[in-house]
Amino acid sequence: MSLFLIVALPFLGALLPGLMIRAGRQACFIATFTVSALAFVGLMTHLPAVWRGEVATARLEWLPDLGLNMNLFLDPLGFMFAALILGIGLLIIIYARWYLSRDDNMGEFFSYLLLFQGAMVGIVLSDNILMLLVFWELTSLSSFLLIGFWKHLPEGRQGARMALTVTGMGGLAMIGGMLILGQIVGSYDLTVILEKRDLIQASPLYLPALLLILTGCFTKSAQFPFHFWLPHAMSAPTPVSAYLHSATMVKAGLFLMARMWPVLSGTDVWVTLVCSVGLITMVLGAFIAFFKNDLKALLAFSTVSHLGLICFLLGTGTTFGAMAAVFHILNHASFKAALFMVAGIVDHGVHTRDMRKLGGLQHVMPLTFMLATLAGLSMAGIPLLNGFISKEMMLEEAVHTTLFGSPLLVAIVATIGALFSAAYSFRFISHTFLGAERDDYPAHPHDPKAGLWFSPALLMIPVIILGVAPFLAEPFVRLVTEAVVGGVAELPEEHLALWHGFKPALFMSMIAVVGGLVWLALFSPLSRLWNAAPRPEAKDIFDALIKALASGAGRFSRALHDGSFNRYAAIMVLTIIALGAHAWFTGTAGGATRDMLTMTPIAVMLWGMLIAATCFLVFYQRNRLAVLILMGIIGLIVSVSFNYFSAPDLALTQISVEVVTIILLLLALNFLPNRSPVESSAGRRTRDAVIAIIGGVAVAGLAWTILMSGFPQASISEYHLANSYKGGGGDNVVNVILVDFRGFDTFGEIIVLGIAALVIYALTEALLNGPVRAKLLNREFEEVRAGDKHPLMMVVLTRVMMPVVLMVGVYIFLRGHNEPGGGFVAGLVVAIAVVMQYMASGFAWAEKRQRYPYHGIIGAGVLCAGLTGIGAWFAGEPFLTSAFGYFRIPPMQEFELATAMGFDLGVFLSVVGAVLLLLESFFRLGRRAGTEDSEFAIDIDPSRTDTAKEG
Amino acid sequence: MELLIASAIGVLTAAGIYMVLRQRTFSVIIGTSLLSYAVNVFLFASGRLTVNAPPVLRDGVSVYADPLPQALVLTAIVISFGMTAVVVIMALGSYLSAGDDLVDVPDPHADIPQAPQTLRGEAAE
Repeated sequence: MSLFLIVALPFLGALLPGLMIRAGRQACFIATFTVSALAFVGLMTHLPAVWRGEVATARLEWLPDLGLNMNLFLDPLGFMFAALILGIGLLIIIYARWYLSRDDNMGEFFSYLLLFQGAMVGIVLSDNILMLLVFWELTSLSSFLLIGFWKHLPEGRQGARMALTVTGMGGLAMIGGMLILGQIVGSYDLTVILEKRDLIQASPLYLPALLLILTGCFTKSAQFPFHFWLPHAMSAPTPVSAYLHSATMVKAGLFLMARMWPVLSGTDVWVTLVCSVGLITMVLGAFIAFFKNDLKALLAFSTVSHLGLICFLLGTGTTFGAMAAVFHILNHASFKAALFMVAGIVDHGVHTRDMRKLGGLQHVMPLTFMLATLAGLSMAGIPLLNGFISKEMMLEEAVHTTLFGSPLLVAIVATIGALFSAAYSFRFISHTFLGAERDDYPAHPHDPKAGLWFSPALLMIPVIILGVAPFLAEPFVRLVTEAVVGGVAELPEEHLALWHGFKPALFMSMIAVVGGLVWLALFSPLSRLWNAAPRPEAKDIFDALIKALASGAGRFSRALHDGSFNRYAAIMVLTIIALGAHAWFTGTAGGATRDMLTMTPIAVMLWGMLIAATCFLVFYQRNRLAVLILMGIIGLIVSVSFNYFSAPDLALTQISVEVVTIILLLLALNFLPNRSPVESSAGRRTRDAVIAIIGGVAVAGLAWTILMSGFPQASISEYHLANSYKGGGGDNVVNVILVDFRGFDTFGEIIVLGIAALVIYALTEALLNGPVRAKLLNREFEEVRAGDKHPLMMVVLTRVMMPVVLMVGVYIFLRGHNEPGGGFVAGLVVAIAVVMQYMASGFAWAEKRQRYPYHGIIGAGVLCAGLTGIGAWFAGEPFLTSAFGYFRIPPMQEFELATAMGFDLGVFLSVVGAVLLLLESFFRLGRRAGTEDSEFAIDIDPSRTDTAKEG
Repeated sequence: MELLIASAIGVLTAAGIYMVLRQRTFSVIIGTSLLSYAVNVFLFASGRLTVNAPPVLRDGVSVYADPLPQALVLTAIVISFGMTAVVVIMALGSYLSAGDDLVDVPDPHADIPQAPQTLRGEAAE
């Protein structure tokens, strides 16, 4: 099966459980199991090739320019982890099927689980470190969903958040480290990076890269001092704990350390840092685990401890250490997954996980007792079980490791760790299962159904077989170790065996087991001491830290965002001016290379009018009606200047937009106060004026510089001018650019315009259906209303003008391709023709005669433009490619037809629809209940006798 | 002529900025409209000024005004109308529901949420 499919299957399959749950829990389970099993079988088809030493690859270019490619490869190391993830995943799915109660949403659970599974498989198969990072973050996110699955539990939510924060922050560090690594090597391909050991270790950036990557690994694998999130993640459902903390999530950090072993390990920093962190975590985790009363908390700290052990083994930098690490990863996954499931079974049967309330369960849960004993003794490191073999290897490695100049230090610390480890394993078994049967269990305990014990029982097979005959696993372990070592060093001579002779490791093992028993016997006094001793609570520190950060961020943003819009605007203006000034003073501007056009008297006059109007506007800004009139003047002069400077299309557009804008603002002014009160102090006005003048001078200077200098490089406009007729079939270059060269832009523009109109429509609806409605209905007007609502002259005039204006619109539309005009202008003109009717004859009259909803017109416009674009596909051309031809239908003259016209029609319709929809929305606001609309076409009709006398 | 255009752009910008810094929604809307004029003319002027040479192809004519800024500004004019309309309806809505047309939040600290409730609530649990 393709590697892509193996990674993709869980992701695709994640859609299934959510859907299948409708068909029942069994169907949901079967779907999930099948997906996982398919991926597992797919992986196993690669086993013969992996065994032969072949590395399967699958490559897919995604963003090659960034070095981000979907490259996967499968070597023995990736194979081992993928097999653990998918294999134990299958067992967990079976277990979860029977573990989850009817109140839990199984579909949601399995969806998250598959998502997580896919992300984990992605990590171990990635051949591109950027892809690996993506999957890495995905595991953080999906594990967040899993840990917080019981959303009603505050501990669950907090634990999930803590896990996400810690592993997410670690992930950020990891991104930094990986990017540095990629920079050093010049490639983001893992297989390339793994061959550049000397280059990387010689680089001055090696240390920061190493520290960042290790931070990522340590947070993920819960190494000291980041270990605290793992125990808090125990509030997750037990299948999640069993999955995340035995074979997958926490092993991801170890996997990466093993993966990067050939290039990162072996240096002094690596040995000192990784070894000591691993040893500290191992001893500390084991020490705390002993005192935990909650079964899952004990297992959580024991996991921390075992992760520390593996971390230490990888840190020694020897090939024997790597081999021991690989073997222990396998062993730990098997017995720890089983132990978590046993804890879940006990919880299920007795309804408590507190060892103070347990004990004597061997009488009522014999099967569970057997499983727990086997797995627990393996964890303690008792011979004939697989935990013993790898623990011996660890002790053996510790004997040969020198840290901080002392050859004994590591051996002693490792023995102490093994001692604590044996102690808590014994406690797990004895305080839960041994002793006399109690009569105060919270529930009636019993052995579970097969669905629950099947998975841990299956896991006991490797625990026993590998414990009795470890040589069976040797070829595979050697294969994987070879992949970890990556040809950097020779594989060790030692073999995996039960009996190595009377070596120091054996004596250390014996000390640990005996010491563990003694330590357990001293449990009561030790426990009292532990409870009395003050100790830092990681959760409190973490919470305090988060709280301080959150309130600090709040203070910062409140200080910056004080709710004053003026302040934001002023800051924005000043920032832009500062940036512009910086660019101006540090860059170079070309000198004046163009001659100034001669000023004409009319131009100077218009300029004077514009300046005067603008100044009046500012000085009389409190009188809002006057402001609108002055705005009209300014807009008119702007249109005239467009026309003067050879831009007829712009002039047409500007003048028609001007009309609708003024109508819009007039409508708004209908509701707003007519005057602005005097509010700001003279000082503030001066300050604003200074800012405004600086801004104005800066922009004027910039405009002047641009206007007087030539183009720094050839403009693409030449191309447009040269190809407008040849390629676009139109003489009006501006229109051809809009509908052809840059048609895609225009397509976007009309969609934006349509959306704006719909937004306004929606806001109006919200206003009219909200509390504002009453205010609108009971409005008192400041000014006297007009006596005649629909003045006769205006009504008659607009109605006579309507067909004329419509015809002008059609004319402007049709000539658009070759003469000034086009869809935009035509749309505005037609919209104005309709709006005139609204204004003159009233809303009701106009609405009654309006048959097509404006939404529909916008939609038709966008559709029309889009379909014209799609039409090009049928000719085998890209989207929006235009075609044109000349036709002759007697007795008419020859005329041109271009597909661009269809597109322009779309523009036209969208503009008409959008402008009318938004103006209509404003009209609707102004309509009050109780307003009687005349049923006659014209209010005042001299030929009618009963003419309404209003006003 | 360039001097007139450049100074006109400057005056429009200055007036626009001043109006945007006022405290009433209507003034701010007028300010943004003035800024739109200034920006549109500025963009148009980046094609340099040309008289009597509209970019409509004619036989025997070889000098045309730069068509590209014109095309860009044409859509900009229409879009800025749409933008103005959206801002106007928002201003109207806030005036009608809040009862005043001030642009500032009167008591900022009352409206801006502090640290998320869940964070504060659960840390104490």
